[in-house]
Amino acid sequence: MDKIFYILAALTLIAAFMVVISRHPIRSVLFLVATFFLISAQYILLNAQFLALVNIIVYAGAIMVLFLFVIMFLNLSRDLERFASWMPIAAAGISVGGIGLLLLASYRGAQISTDTVGNYDSGLVEQIGEVLYRDYLFPMEVCSVLFLVAMIGIVLLNRKERELPAKLPLP
Amino acid sequence: MNHIPEIIRTIPLSHYVALSSALFLIGLLGVLIRKNIIIVFMCIEIMLNAVNLLMVAAASYRGDSAGQVMVLFTMAVAAAEVSVGLAIIVMIYKNLKTTNIDLFDQMKG
Repeated sequence: MDKIFYILAALTLIAAFMVVISRHPIRSVLFLVATFFLISAQYILLNAQFLALVNIIVYAGAIMVLFLFVIMFLNLSRDLERFASWMPIAAAGISVGGIGLLLLASYRGAQISTDTVGNYDSGLVEQIGEVLYRDYLFPMEVCSVLFLVAMIGIVLLNRKERELPAKLPLP
Repeated sequence: MNHIPEIIRTIPLSHYVALSSALFLIGLLGVLIRKNIIIVFMCIEIMLNAVNLLMVAAASYRGDSAGQVMVLFTMAVAAAEVSVGLAIIVMIYKNLKTTNIDLFDQMKG
């Protein structure tokens, strides 16, 4: 069982790294889909089955279709991006290394508590639904309002403006 | 008491902390070195997923459903964010005909 975790972790890191280094945007999207599926596999290992399914549906389904649609719509695949020169890459490496050292230093002194407050079926639909609709009902309603606002915003952003003439005469 | 999942018995939580930190740092590296804004967006998604993974791991080890509900909210907000962000990227592409973030300073004024 622990071997499965380490294999999945290594594959996840490799896929995520390939997202960063592939030059072709479509390849990046496909590696990102692989990353999401591997993270869903981790959720299944952790007995969080509902979130595993939601992760596949929302991320690998909806969000990745949006990304693929935008990449194909913009026809980006013909001009491959050139990477930055060594100076920004060195700066980025130093920043990432610094934050990594910071995280490492903060974990070294940390006491990770593993006390159990509930039972280990906490990832099943029944328990999540109970907590969601009993304790977190108001945030869920706020979430639906957020989706409504996002939808209206997107429609407004991509609307063609017909009221104004196409070219205003310059003063 | 129901049985403990095997992964919780055999893997310490700190390994999940290490995995999600590494994933977060890979996403951060991508945000800093890539120039295509769509790939920068994807790297932000990787960072969000790293945080989600850590939260699910902690919630599962504690047997607490509230952490997993938080992950559900994070996914909902991420979906809204991606849709609005991609709409903005399409708008920028219509104006500038590029997705290179180095050229976005032409928008000023």
